[in-house]
Amino acid sequence: MTKNMMIVGVGGQGSLLASKLLGHLLLGQGYDVKVSEVHGMSQRGGSVVTYVRWGERVYSPIVDKGEADFIVSFELLEAARYLEYLRPDGQIVTSTQQIDPMPVVTGAAAYPEALAEKMKALGAKVDAFDALTLAEQAGSSKAANIVLMGRLSHYFDFDESVWMEALEACIAPRFLEMNKKAFALGRNA
Amino acid sequence: MKKLMLGNEAAARGLYEAGVSLVSSYPGTPSTEITEELAKYDDLYSEWAPNEKVAMEVAFGASLAGRRSFCGMKHVGLNVAADPLFTMSYTGVNGGLVIAVADDAGMHSSQNEQDSRHYAMASKVPMLEPSDSSEAYEFAKLAFELSERFDTPVFLKMCTRIAHAQSVVDIGERRLPEARPYEKDAAKYVMMPGNAIRRHPVVEERTRALEAWAETAAINRVDPGTDASVGVITASTSYQYVKEVCGDRYPVLKLGMAWPMPAGKIRDFAASVKKVVVVEELDPFIEDFCRELGIEVAGKDVFPLEGEFSQNIVAARLGESVPAGVKLDEVVPGRPPVMCPGCPHRGLFYTLVRNKCTVMGDIGCYTLGATAPLFALDTTLCMGASIGAQHGFRKAGAPGERLVSVIGDSTFMHSGMTGLANVAYNQSNSTVIILDNSITGMTGHQQNPTTGLNIKGDPAGKIDLEALCRAMGIERVRVVDPYDLAACDAVLKEELAADAPSVIISRRPCALLKTVKAKPPVKIDADKCRGCKSCMRIGCPAISIKDGKARIDSTLCVGCGVCTQLCKYDAFTE
Repeated sequence: MTKNMMIVGVGGQGSLLASKLLGHLLLGQGYDVKVSEVHGMSQRGGSVVTYVRWGERVYSPIVDKGEADFIVSFELLEAARYLEYLRPDGQIVTSTQQIDPMPVVTGAAAYPEALAEKMKALGAKVDAFDALTLAEQAGSSKAANIVLMGRLSHYFDFDESVWMEALEACIAPRFLEMNKKAFALGRNA
Repeated sequence: MKKLMLGNEAAARGLYEAGVSLVSSYPGTPSTEITEELAKYDDLYSEWAPNEKVAMEVAFGASLAGRRSFCGMKHVGLNVAADPLFTMSYTGVNGGLVIAVADDAGMHSSQNEQDSRHYAMASKVPMLEPSDSSEAYEFAKLAFELSERFDTPVFLKMCTRIAHAQSVVDIGERRLPEARPYEKDAAKYVMMPGNAIRRHPVVEERTRALEAWAETAAINRVDPGTDASVGVITASTSYQYVKEVCGDRYPVLKLGMAWPMPAGKIRDFAASVKKVVVVEELDPFIEDFCRELGIEVAGKDVFPLEGEFSQNIVAARLGESVPAGVKLDEVVPGRPPVMCPGCPHRGLFYTLVRNKCTVMGDIGCYTLGATAPLFALDTTLCMGASIGAQHGFRKAGAPGERLVSVIGDSTFMHSGMTGLANVAYNQSNSTVIILDNSITGMTGHQQNPTTGLNIKGDPAGKIDLEALCRAMGIERVRVVDPYDLAACDAVLKEELAADAPSVIISRRPCALLKTVKAKPPVKIDADKCRGCKSCMRIGCPAISIKDGKARIDSTLCVGCGVCTQLCKYDAFTE
């Protein structure tokens, strides 16, 4: 059975590294894997989504509405934006970070309140935590992506060593220790 | 060795292994990474050309010299390169020549949704169409073989979901073919009427040979199914959605060659099933061919002409169940792309808006000047159009006292220079603003002829924009720093008032460049802030209003200081 994940956030938050890590890890576990990314204009501070799919044989590179087993989100509003893509029994893992989009910045719209609670009220399983603060604890706000991966690892049966191997393969040596710390902070959050 | 690779990375690997010796391209999403990947190899020559037409001509020259060559571009880039393309179809090749063209159904990063398959048919150049990274790799190698075997350039047609999706590829080693000697053959390569008349029948004969090859080619294959009540003909990413939805239920004819198509294979397939459904993104290209063959098919009567497909779109049209999710019962504010904090374009656009300018726009990051809250642009058409459009607007007799063009450094080199030549030659009082951020920004920081660096980041020739504009006959050439709003305003007013064509170069490197060091974030004195929102008019993502006071997000602010020049109450300090 093919499994589906979406990694969503704001352009520049580091979803490409997260998907690279997952792709490496899942391929190493013997799965067929497809990862679909967004490049170009929408990266400039816009809403971005990366799809990761794995299973015995994966065809489509994208995840469609009602299909996602996991939505991993760097930002609360983005988790809410893609809620419709979650399967009824799917899991949201989201940072509670809030970044105002331009319509909110200019006052044309308001940032919705209590989004995690509203998503839960609709039956979604929501694991919301402050990945940004943990990333800063680890040494850099840029490591929020790896904090999220640490948290996500709870929902997989893989041994922690499998995740460590993927971190070592995908992250430059000089950033490795900081990212391992970020992963551990996320995993133990 | 099995690897997860982007389609573009896989295509690059295939080209590399097939022995490509020269690569010349202009960047364009979603095609850029093919050339960026090839540039990582030191045993071939690679470059960014000023535009796609030049890139294709460079590849032609290398082919003539007997080496395998490549040029890559996005769909609209092929419009620019169409001139050499149609006649290269007549000359054919010496060394193999492969052209990658990447379509952008869904317009993730494009101004239109044109379907490049029409170019293959119109120019009579064969087109291979992979459906994942593994095929991108295999088809890239095959494209070189076909190019030399059939004496023709060959298209490798990508699209966003192939180019920017990673899947598993089993890669091999590079094998450099022996260079073919160059021999003068004017009848083949000098395309004037007397020769071209003799080449056209060669092209038609080649097409017949390619049609015959397509009938037996393994890349046009039937995936058997258990239920012949429906047979699906499909290609590219649509194939993946069909297989996702139907698995092995319906027989599927998967076309790996978009043009020419195998008439016999299609007829046989249609005869083996009860009903034929054609699933293809954008135009009814396969569908129209089937109808020409007299085969009744379902296609664009049920599938959309616009946008990308997905498994749910295909499932719904094939009468399969479609999963559904739940939605929040309130509006989730949109998050459109925006100019980055510290973007040098912001200050210039603010100046244009303050002066109530009519702005002819162009293609690049600065197209985002059209978005809230600046709404600075009046038009965006294609690469370089801003200059011609202004000239035409003025020459038509419309009032032009507040009329300007904005065009980036890379776009100016691509196809703005010819527009400026027209301004200088036919003398319109145009004010052309070159937004020189010292890089090709939107496609992810590629070098260009004005940056002084080549594709590998090594020192290269550097075109002096001021000297170039003066040499073209523009006497009024001004340079401003877009972070300095007062200077921008003064220069703009002077040049709009001047009774001569002028160029304003707004010069400041892209804030995202690694060589640009951010300054400390701007600070706000909350006691001084009156909440007047003057600072909000520039649309900086780092500034917001909380509890009636301006607030700076210090993780985003790069200290450009543009906002500090807007505050009447000195609430901002750098």
